[in-house]
Amino acid sequence: MSEMLLEVDRLTMRFGGLTAIDDLSVAVPKGKITSIIGPNGAGKTTFFNCLTGFYKPTEGSVRMHHPVHGPLLLNEMPSYHVARKAGVVRTFQNIRLFPNMSVLENLIVAQHNALQTASRFSLAGLFGRAGFKQAREAALEKAEMWLTRLKLIELADTAAGNLSYGTQRRIEIARALCVDPLLLCLDEPAAGLNPRESAELNELLLYLSREHGKGVLLIEHDMNVVMRVSDHICVLNFGTKIAEGTPEQVQNDPNVIKAYLGEEDADDKEAA
Amino acid sequence: MTTHAHNLPNVASRLKDATGIALVSLLLGVPMIGLKTVDAGGALAIATRWPWLLAFVATMFVGRLVLQFVLDHVKLNKAKRARTRPEIGATRPWLKWIGYGVVGFALVLPIAFSGNRYVVDTATTVLIYVMLGWGLNVVVGLAGLLDLGYVAFYAVGAYTYGLLSTHFGWGFWETLPVAGAAAATFGVILGWPTLRLRGDYLAIVTLGFGEIIRLILVNWTDFSGGPNGIGSIPRPTFFGLPFSPDSDAGPTFASFFHLEYSPEHRVMFLYYLILVLALLTNLFVSRMRKLPVGLAWEAVREDEVACKALGMNVTNVKLSAFAIGAMLGGFAGVFFAARQGFISPESFVFSESATILAIVVLGGMGSQLGVVIASVLLVLLPELGRDFSEYRMLMFGAAMILIMVWRPGGLIAHREPTYRLAKKGAQA
Ligand SMILES: Nc1ncnc2c1ncn2[C@@H]1O[C@H](COP(=O)(O)OP(=O)(O)O)[C@@H](O)[C@H]1O
Ligand SMILES: [Mg+2]
Repeated sequence: MSEMLLEVDRLTMRFGGLTAIDDLSVAVPKGKITSIIGPNGAGKTTFFNCLTGFYKPTEGSVRMHHPVHGPLLLNEMPSYHVARKAGVVRTFQNIRLFPNMSVLENLIVAQHNALQTASRFSLAGLFGRAGFKQAREAALEKAEMWLTRLKLIELADTAAGNLSYGTQRRIEIARALCVDPLLLCLDEPAAGLNPRESAELNELLLYLSREHGKGVLLIEHDMNVVMRVSDHICVLNFGTKIAEGTPEQVQNDPNVIKAYLGEEDADDKEAA
Repeated sequence: MTTHAHNLPNVASRLKDATGIALVSLLLGVPMIGLKTVDAGGALAIATRWPWLLAFVATMFVGRLVLQFVLDHVKLNKAKRARTRPEIGATRPWLKWIGYGVVGFALVLPIAFSGNRYVVDTATTVLIYVMLGWGLNVVVGLAGLLDLGYVAFYAVGAYTYGLLSTHFGWGFWETLPVAGAAAATFGVILGWPTLRLRGDYLAIVTLGFGEIIRLILVNWTDFSGGPNGIGSIPRPTFFGLPFSPDSDAGPTFASFFHLEYSPEHRVMFLYYLILVLALLTNLFVSRMRKLPVGLAWEAVREDEVACKALGMNVTNVKLSAFAIGAMLGGFAGVFFAARQGFISPESFVFSESATILAIVVLGGMGSQLGVVIASVLLVLLPELGRDFSEYRMLMFGAAMILIMVWRPGGLIAHREPTYRLAKKGAQA
């Protein structure tokens, strides 16, 4: 059993009468890919919002084991602290880039805290001190490194909002990586990608978890991604965990088959 | 036109729509226009005016078609713009040269127009608006926080100088930092409660804040002099040399430099003073924009939620924008008080905030040069319109609408990125 990064304990989130997450417990290890799957409305995005401080869970706790700061309770932190102090960084199902800024600037904004400290809250920066210039160079280098790794380097100086859907998804991941996350939470990163792009995503996710030791928490509908890369899968339906295990275990679980068949019927009706 | 015809509703549906309007006008028009009561020898008779009615219905029909056509095209242009954002890759070095040209012109203006006090005075007014525009640009243009009460900070600056100089004999330069700090404090006071608000809601609260400050100035007579304001505020001096005809109390500007006294010296001095203040403001804001905090302002404008998810303390970022914008407004206020020698709440009404906001929006959010052009337009248009006094506001409004239809992003919508990848990186 590898080292646990994040432990979610009996998490419940209610909106009025609606229980979006019901008594959910999950553990996410370091250097592995953990997927959360489930039909639309199962509560997956809500789960991310609870982890990252955007929602305050009604009950339960989310504990992050930080190598420096020790255990941190994410459910008691404001959202910016979750990213800054606990190193848990997320992307959004409906992409949230800074559309009028260049791709490079998007990645620089992600390094705001380091730069702001180096600029001594603008005072040193205003007079162009050497320390700040070094920090700037370092930030540019890190951005350049991730842009190259994600094949975005050619687009560095283009407005992010101009680019295709698949490219924007990649930019959002690159931007999150610039925060140096310990745990990367991706909300449907393969949505809207073509098969080649989603194959590249697979490769990237494996690279991040294996080579960089990052924990990856993945919400995904695309089974080509989920079944190929996941080390562990947790299936949600109506906010409760209905199954958990390796890809093979989950694929053969009768509960999962039932939930997904039901969903397909619903999809057919919607399409009609 | 034909290339995007598929995006426009087809002709048939537009004709149908116009016919509907024509029918409604016919219904309303029969009693209102078609029939008229006339006095026929003591008795009331009804006369018909069918040609009039026909003309009315036809006008409505054509008018509706034209209106729809215009609306469709405005919508289409908007959609087209949304699809094609300006390519950041392209630089526009000529914008910089225009900027230098404008500064050069501003430097020689009082010399070129020496003897014409009106021109220099108007130019001074333009520069006050330029400075205010640059200050508000931090809040609205960069941080994207719609502030309708900016004039409050201008007032705080002006009253700080008015009070400190008349009660404690403070000079212009000593007051400047204090007034800036006072205005910045008020900026934070406004910022705190509005942190969670966006767009329309923020606009309403800031509007209210501006009015509160004005009402305090009107009603707290002991403190601010009430509606009568504060008079005989000392004029700024040239490093201690007053601009006055011979005085017994030491040398004056004219006597020191062995010049003949002329009231124009002061006008020119005030002009150069605001020019220096405005240029310093520009330098400061352009530098701040390139610092992490400046990029953070823009990021908050683009997407606040994303900023939080990246670990940015959005509260601090917004407050810094409010404080710095307010501080610059405060500086401008000190100059205003020193120039006028008299201040009252009359000068700090809502329409003043609206004008400054119009300058920022018209100029192009975040564009420094755009603010200059818009200030010139907004100060000069009403001045030029003096000859047609009744139509002045009409012309002004029409000009604003035309510019916004023609360039919805403002006169200069171009944004120069703060960070660029060096060429070597792009090729590697
Ligand atoms: N802020 C909210 N207020 C009320 N209901 C919400 C809110 N956020 C999510 N929900 C509800 O929670 C349920 C789960 O939604 P979500 O987490 O977005 O599902 P998923 O991401 O799995 O498709 C849905 O029924 C949704 O309507
Ligand atoms: Mg979702």
